Amino acid sequence: MATALPTEPADVVAPAPAAGPRRDREQGRTRKWLLGVWSTLAILFLVAPILFMIVFSFNDNQGRFNFEWKGFTLKHWAHPFADPDLAKALENSLLIAVLATAVATMMGTLLAVALVRHRFRGRGAADFFVFLPMASPEVVMGASLLAMFLVLGIGTGFGTILVAHIMFSISYVVVTVKSRLEGMDPHVEEASRDLGAGEVSTFFRVTLPMIAPGVAAAAVLAFALSIDDYIVTSFNAGQTQTFPLFIFGATRQGVPPQVNVLSTMLLLLVLGLMVVNVLVQRALARRDFKRREA
Amino acid sequence: MSLARRRKLLPWWFALPGLLWLIVFFAVPILNQVSVSLMSGDPEVGFSMTWSFSTYWDAIRDYHSQFTRSIGYAGAATIIDLIIAFPLAYFIAYKAGRFKGLWLLLVILPFFVSQVMRTASWQLILNDQGWLVARMQDVGIVSGDGRFLATGKAVIFGISYNFLPFMVLPLYATLDRIDRRLIEAASDLYCSRWVAFRKVTLPLAVPGIFAGSLLVFIPACGDYINSSILGSSNTTMIGNVIQSKFLNVLDYPTAAALSFILMGVILLGIAIYGRVLGTKNLTELAG
Repeated sequence: MATALPTEPADVVAPAPAAGPRRDREQGRTRKWLLGVWSTLAILFLVAPILFMIVFSFNDNQGRFNFEWKGFTLKHWAHPFADPDLAKALENSLLIAVLATAVATMMGTLLAVALVRHRFRGRGAADFFVFLPMASPEVVMGASLLAMFLVLGIGTGFGTILVAHIMFSISYVVVTVKSRLEGMDPHVEEASRDLGAGEVSTFFRVTLPMIAPGVAAAAVLAFALSIDDYIVTSFNAGQTQTFPLFIFGATRQGVPPQVNVLSTMLLLLVLGLMVVNVLVQRALARRDFKRREA
Repeated sequence: MSLARRRKLLPWWFALPGLLWLIVFFAVPILNQVSVSLMSGDPEVGFSMTWSFSTYWDAIRDYHSQFTRSIGYAGAATIIDLIIAFPLAYFIAYKAGRFKGLWLLLVILPFFVSQVMRTASWQLILNDQGWLVARMQDVGIVSGDGRFLATGKAVIFGISYNFLPFMVLPLYATLDRIDRRLIEAASDLYCSRWVAFRKVTLPLAVPGIFAGSLLVFIPACGDYINSSILGSSNTTMIGNVIQSKFLNVLDYPTAAALSFILMGVILLGIAIYGRVLGTKNLTELAG
C-alpha cells in the first residue's frame, strides 16, 4: 500500500507557494505513512479480541478460566458440542436468526419499495416512524416489549425473542434497501408498466432483480443483528437460552473454550457466505456483460 | 374496485406488513410503557394507574449519578471513537487504493463475532496479571494498584471498542462521496493541504461525523454489557439500573420512568448536537 497511485487527487495538487515541490512530496509521504500506521493500529485494536478468541480455542486450559496459554490442543475442536446447554443455545440462536432474517427482509423490502417508489399520503410520517427504532436505546425497546407481554399475559420464550428480533431488524432492512433503490433509475420500472406489466409483476420481474444485491446485504445485516443481540433478548427470553445469553452468563464463571470454537466456526461460516456472494455477483455480472456483447 | 383506486392502495399493501409489525411491537409497547410509568403498586398486589408523576422526580433524585455517568461514558467513548476513526476512514477512502474492500472487511469483521464474546475476550486480555495491563501501567494509563478491569476507564475502553465500526462506516461513506475535484480546486487556488482539508474536506464530512456520533452515542447510553463484564458496582450505568429494576426488583414504574428520561435526554442531546453542527433534518440520516 506504500506505492503512490496516480489517480489520487492529493498527489496531483500544485505545491503550496512557500514550499518547494520536493519538500512537499516528502511531507506528503510522511503524512501517508503516519496515516497508514494509525489505520493499521486501529484495525489491530478491532480484531485483537477476535484473534485472542481464535488462538485460545486451541488452548489446553486447566480449570475454569481460559486466559493463560497452557499448550496447543485440538480437543475442544474435536468436541465442540460437549456442553448440551451450549449446543441448545446455539441451535436456538441460529433458528431465530434464520426466521427473523426471512421475515424482516420480506417486510422491510416491501416497505422500502413503497417508501421510495410511491407517493402516498403519510409517506413522510412513515419514513420518520421507521427511523425511530434505530434511534431508541435497546434497553428501552426490550423493557417496553416485555412490559406489554406481561400486561397481555403472554409468556416469554422462543416466540417472543423472534418477534423482538424481527421488530428491530425491519428498520435496518428498510434503510439498506432504500439506499439501493434511490440509486436506481425509476424509468426502467415505468417502462415495464408502459409495456403492460401490472404493479405486482413489475415488482417481481423488474424491481426485485435490480435491488437484489441490496436485499442480500440487508439480509446479512439482519442475520448479524439477530444472532448477536443480547440486550433486547435478555428481556424477552424467559427460560430460553441463546448463544449471547449463554456467553454472558458464562463470563462470571469463566467462558468454556467450546464457546471460542463455535464462535470461530460461525465467523468462518459468515466469511464463507460472503465470499460465495461476491463470486456469484461477479459471475452474474460477467454473464450479463457477455450477453450484451453478443 | 376500479383500477385507479387499486393503484392508489397498492403502496399501502406494500408498506402494511412492516408498518403493522412496527406499530404492534414497537409503538404500542412504548405507549404502554408511558402508562406503566405513571402507575404505582408493588409486584405482589399488582400495579394500578394513579397518575403518579412523582415516580419521575424520584427516579431522577435516586439515579442522577448513574445518568451522568452513562452520558459521561458514552460521550467520552464517542470522542475517542471519532479520534480513532477519522484518520482510519480518511485512509480507507483516499489512500487504500485497490485494497479498499479488504480494509472495509476488516472494519466490519467484529460484527461477525458476538459482541458479548468480544467483550468477554477483552475481560481475559485485560486481566490484572496480563501483559497489556503491565504495559499500560508503564505508560501511566493504569494507576499503581495495577487494576484496569472494574474501573470506569475499562468501561469506556469497552464501549469505545464495541461501537468503533459504527463511527468508521458513516465517516468513510461521506468522505468517499466527496467530489475530489473540490479538493483539487482548493489546491489550484493555492490552499495548502492543511487549509484545503480544514476548509473543504472537513465541512463536507460533517454529516458523517454527525451520523457516526449518533450511532455510537445512542446505543452507548443504554448499554450495560460493557459495564457488567468490564466494570464493577462503581461503574453502574443507567442500563444496568433499568435492567435490574425490570428483571430482578420488579419495580416496573420506576424502570419505565427511567427509560423515558433516558430517551428524553438522548433526544435533547441529538437536537443540541444537530444545532451545533448545523444538520437540521434528522430524518436525512435515515436515508
